[in-house]
Amino acid sequence: MKNPPALYLEADNVAPDKFAGKNASQIADLHVHEGNTTSTLGKYFEVSGTAGATAAETRVIVKGDVKKVKYLGMKMSAGELVVEGSTDQYTGAWMTGGNILVKGNVEAFAALAMKGGELVIEGNAGNYLGAAYRGDWRGMSGGKIFVKGNAGSDVGMYMLGGEIVINGNVDVHVMTHAEGGKVIIKGNAKSKLGGQLVDGTIIVFGSIDVMMPGFKPAGIVELEVEGAKAKFAHYIGDTGERKKKRKGQIVYGNLYQKA
Amino acid sequence: MAEYIIKNGHVFDPVQGIKGDKADVAIKDGKIVAKAGSGAKVIDAKGKTVMAGGVEIHAHIAGPKVNVGRIYRPEDKLFTYTPTKGNQRMGGGNSIPTTFKTGYLYAKMGYTTAMEAAMPPLFSRHVHEEIRDTPIIDEGAYPVLGNNWFVMEYIKNNEVENTAAYIAWLLRATKGYAIKSVNPGGTEAWAWGLNCLSIHDPVPYFDITPAEITKGLIEANEFLGLPHSLHIHPNNLGNPGNYTTTLDTLKLAEGYKAKNKFGREQVMHLTHTQFHSYGGDNWANFESKAKEVMDYVNKAKNITIDTGNVTLDETTTMTADGPFEHHLTELNHLKWANVDVELETAAGVVPYIYSPTISVCAIQWAIGLELALMAKDPMRCFITTDHPNAGPFTRYPRVIKWLMSAKAREIQINAFKHKDKVLSQSSIGTQDREISLYELAQMTRAGPAKALGLSNMIGGLKPGMDADVVVYDFSPDKPVANPDQIEAAFSKAAHVFKSGVEVVTNGEIVNNGNKRTIWVNAKVKENPQVMRDINEKFLKYYSVSQANYESLGHHFIPNPYAIEVDATQ
Amino acid sequence: MTKTVTDVVCPFCGTLCDDLEVVVSDDGKHLTEVYNACVIGTEKFLHSQAKDRITRPRLRQEDGSWKEISYDEAAEYTAKMLAKAKKPLMYGWSSTNCEAQSMGHEIAEMVCACVDNTAAVCHGTTLIAVQDIGIPSCTLGEIKNRADRILFWGCNPAHAHPRHMSRYSIFPRGFFTGKGQKSRKMIVVDPRVTDTAKLADVHLQIEQGRDYELLNAFRVALNNEWLPDVVAGIPAEKIREAANLCKSGRFGIIFFGMGVTQTLSKNHNIDEAIALTKHLNEFTKFSIMPMRGHYNVTGSGEVLGWQFGFPYSVDLTRGFARYNPGDTSTIDLLARGEVDAFFTIASDPGAHFPISRVKQIAKLPSVCIDPHQTPTSGVSKLHVPVAFAGIEVGGNAYRMDNVPIDLRKVVDPPAGMLTDEEFLTKVRDRVKQLKGLA
Repeated sequence: MKNPPALYLEADNVAPDKFAGKNASQIADLHVHEGNTTSTLGKYFEVSGTAGATAAETRVIVKGDVKKVKYLGMKMSAGELVVEGSTDQYTGAWMTGGNILVKGNVEAFAALAMKGGELVIEGNAGNYLGAAYRGDWRGMSGGKIFVKGNAGSDVGMYMLGGEIVINGNVDVHVMTHAEGGKVIIKGNAKSKLGGQLVDGTIIVFGSIDVMMPGFKPAGIVELEVEGAKAKFAHYIGDTGERKKKRKGQIVYGNLYQKA
Repeated sequence: MAEYIIKNGHVFDPVQGIKGDKADVAIKDGKIVAKAGSGAKVIDAKGKTVMAGGVEIHAHIAGPKVNVGRIYRPEDKLFTYTPTKGNQRMGGGNSIPTTFKTGYLYAKMGYTTAMEAAMPPLFSRHVHEEIRDTPIIDEGAYPVLGNNWFVMEYIKNNEVENTAAYIAWLLRATKGYAIKSVNPGGTEAWAWGLNCLSIHDPVPYFDITPAEITKGLIEANEFLGLPHSLHIHPNNLGNPGNYTTTLDTLKLAEGYKAKNKFGREQVMHLTHTQFHSYGGDNWANFESKAKEVMDYVNKAKNITIDTGNVTLDETTTMTADGPFEHHLTELNHLKWANVDVELETAAGVVPYIYSPTISVCAIQWAIGLELALMAKDPMRCFITTDHPNAGPFTRYPRVIKWLMSAKAREIQINAFKHKDKVLSQSSIGTQDREISLYELAQMTRAGPAKALGLSNMIGGLKPGMDADVVVYDFSPDKPVANPDQIEAAFSKAAHVFKSGVEVVTNGEIVNNGNKRTIWVNAKVKENPQVMRDINEKFLKYYSVSQANYESLGHHFIPNPYAIEVDATQ
Repeated sequence: MTKTVTDVVCPFCGTLCDDLEVVVSDDGKHLTEVYNACVIGTEKFLHSQAKDRITRPRLRQEDGSWKEISYDEAAEYTAKMLAKAKKPLMYGWSSTNCEAQSMGHEIAEMVCACVDNTAAVCHGTTLIAVQDIGIPSCTLGEIKNRADRILFWGCNPAHAHPRHMSRYSIFPRGFFTGKGQKSRKMIVVDPRVTDTAKLADVHLQIEQGRDYELLNAFRVALNNEWLPDVVAGIPAEKIREAANLCKSGRFGIIFFGMGVTQTLSKNHNIDEAIALTKHLNEFTKFSIMPMRGHYNVTGSGEVLGWQFGFPYSVDLTRGFARYNPGDTSTIDLLARGEVDAFFTIASDPGAHFPISRVKQIAKLPSVCIDPHQTPTSGVSKLHVPVAFAGIEVGGNAYRMDNVPIDLRKVVDPPAGMLTDEEFLTKVRDRVKQLKGLA
């Protein structure tokens, strides 16, 4: 990063799809925005290398301090993006494929409405990880997110499919309004897990401070999670929310807490 | 003001009976004139189609429920926003455009007048603020009256004169244009969570039936001699089998004759008829009853309808049929907004996706087109999408394509997942009529203008009328190679003149014009009884004062255009 | 001599009472008495008559003192600040009329600014919930005429909306509620024993931060499902009783405020409250309504809504509108150092924002448009006093139930003072020139 911006940068064009088929100087000419001013990537970054012919054949590596750069990997469909540090909001938002690796933290709204691909965050994730955009009932529907550290609040809101694994702890509100998908929390959770959930699966290995009243105890089960078997307390719910029926039977969402 | 002469275009003007002849149209001082002056700017319309500006008789484009739709659907604007461009304000919203965008999009398609289909009187200030912020197009708004406490009480007592006096007062207080009735009686019932699904279902407490309300409103309308007729959204919208309720409603107009000085011939305008032409008794055996409805409409000369065409988009439904919207959210589980309005009406908003993979949606698409294709009198059947309920108004060019090209319909039918069901549950496969440009001009210009009582002013190109003129880059001479050309031509007018000012050139906005708000000022004999009733209800039941309800200052309506009606005889 | 102006609209809170009577001097320059308003509204009118009112713009000097300047000079300063900034933020709007709001939006669009209103720290979370789940609601007259089950959840109208209960929600005798208070049952959910709670038939003293759980439990009760013994500090039987009380009514309403919009879970609390309302409609008629604070924050949301499509936290910096609270909302923009100019009008963020954000405002180029001296004007570089909307100029405003009421002018402002709209028009015209759009 050269010429660090006074404000934040919006880098909607940093993705394999946008770089594909371009050489370094063409990539350096791609637009980047600081508030209401438009500039080029080349003003803020040294660009070197050549992109592949297609997104799938393109690997983008972002070095330097990009803590004030938003939208890295937005809408990518294939290829690779590696961020060698922490970055800001909307990382991998609306991605449909490809792989993103962030060797640091991400801020809010990472992987918004993800449809496919993989996002790996070695640090912590901010709020609204894998959530839907405001007002949209169609959230994350595919792909996989892995967070090595902790995650914030509102993980997987309006989730429809795909999988999110948090190695550390999470803040409040997990899979609110979800209709499918799976969130695995290896660490501790606080409260409001599965609120208004129609369908989906939440697995918690650590503690849960307060359970939602809409999740009723349904016994102890043995599950194999990420290759390891263990006993889990099983809860079904949200019993306050509308429920679907499959072959005449009510379908509940499932919450498991390691026993 | 500049003068123009639009030369050598193919003119389609039902007012003068011009059916595509090459003719010149001259504009001077905001009006169409017989001859242009020597200094008139020449607009070359050779090989192009020339019509009057389009007249939108029913759309939800300004007011509280429209804005609820905008505010509660940020996702309707994601990634599809139009940036600021010079004089053109930014605009967004696929199914519910912001007000600036609404004006621009209508103008670009060659529409120059639009009527907001439902104004809750208590919110008239809001409706007018949005109308004021909608550039270029002239607009009016219809206050809803079919569930109004005053109206129900007066009609129950058979007091036509009092009903008329109240309506005249209301039109003035809200600067409204016509009498709108939505789900008569049923929306008052909805304030208790109930509904009126047939025209004989009595309204809780008020003990009056939708049939009585409807007849009472027709009588009041003709007593006043208003420019437009009763504009009605019948009971039982959207339910399989509802065509019987529709026929019952249509029959209420039998025996009534239009009484007015505006050339209007209908006593009832039935709106978005597609939603009311359903057979079967559940979603599995759902079928079209467009033929039954049109058989009646074709014979009943004192009726006009508009279609309410389904466009097969993700859109947002919004209507004063509160109970219907609740029913819809229970079906599709999408976010539901509702507002019950004291003493007056209600509204509901629910997103809806008309997917081509769902047979019911495909049949609905067919029904909307069947209605127009089976209409014997194009001056009595108008094209709408009940925007945004059946689809966004920006799809008019697509609807026009489907109406004008049997081939385009065939392409769409073949694209349906359940094509067989569409063909078995409707007659769309047998409809080979193609609407002509002249008929199109009747259905989207002259017809709605006449039904609105504005045939002297708009909807035609006769000298003396307003210079609302459109030139489309569409040649009536050449056969259409690809029906998509129709859609392209009608999406982007070559030239649009509004009140004699060129506002669109080659599909781009070049001037914001000076839009007017059209309203009806009906004078009646002094009626102390009604004034006393109004005073009393404000004192006891309304939550605002009468003076504040009536306060509709100039800043809300900077350019009003009042149509005077004298009903004092 | 004096005259009395009737049907005056009170420009203070979202209750927007429109039955005030104000006694003014014959020459229309002074007001002396206010009838029918609550203490807060009365004071709003009376304090506009203060003799020590600031009547001209003032610019902060190097040494920290104020220097009086003209409105034209103030407009010049404001226009330059906004036109120069890369990401200016125009905040507030909630205590002025819609006409001023609209003019401000024209400026914001030209300078590509962020526009936000006080919902950002108030009912913005309600708006987020409405965007996720909708809102079954009604006008206040429906409450007056029909409602027999009234819930106040996380709000204290006795203090914050003093005439609400007498004009609309508890005491009035409406068309179907001829017995007034006696025809209604009132439930209050609040951790505190407030003056509102003291009037309630049922007071659920909820454990703080657990509103989402309690609302969920109500819905579970409606579905006749299992409940733990205690939820949010409330025993399960009490929850089932309260749910049944709601079901047994003819027309219910939930009013709610900061107790749920700005506590743990925020928009989720409102989301579940709205879900509960929708759920109750399976049994009887139920509605829900936010107790909006500022008298025209609703209006700001409406005008932003029809002009840009979003009700608050609108980002116009890219030449088209974007919206995402957490990114485009004022508190976050300030916290993250995302803006480089701060313009406030008709609100007092200096008093309402976390002090760390107020310190940010103090560091930035800033303009404050407000008739009062406030903590915001205290940290701003330019303070522009204006006429009081609703007292010295009319204009449209929207009540908490979205009903538009046109404010009235009751007296003239002090000589030479401009209204918000007039000052903003000057700024707009100057910005047009600076941006080469004139």
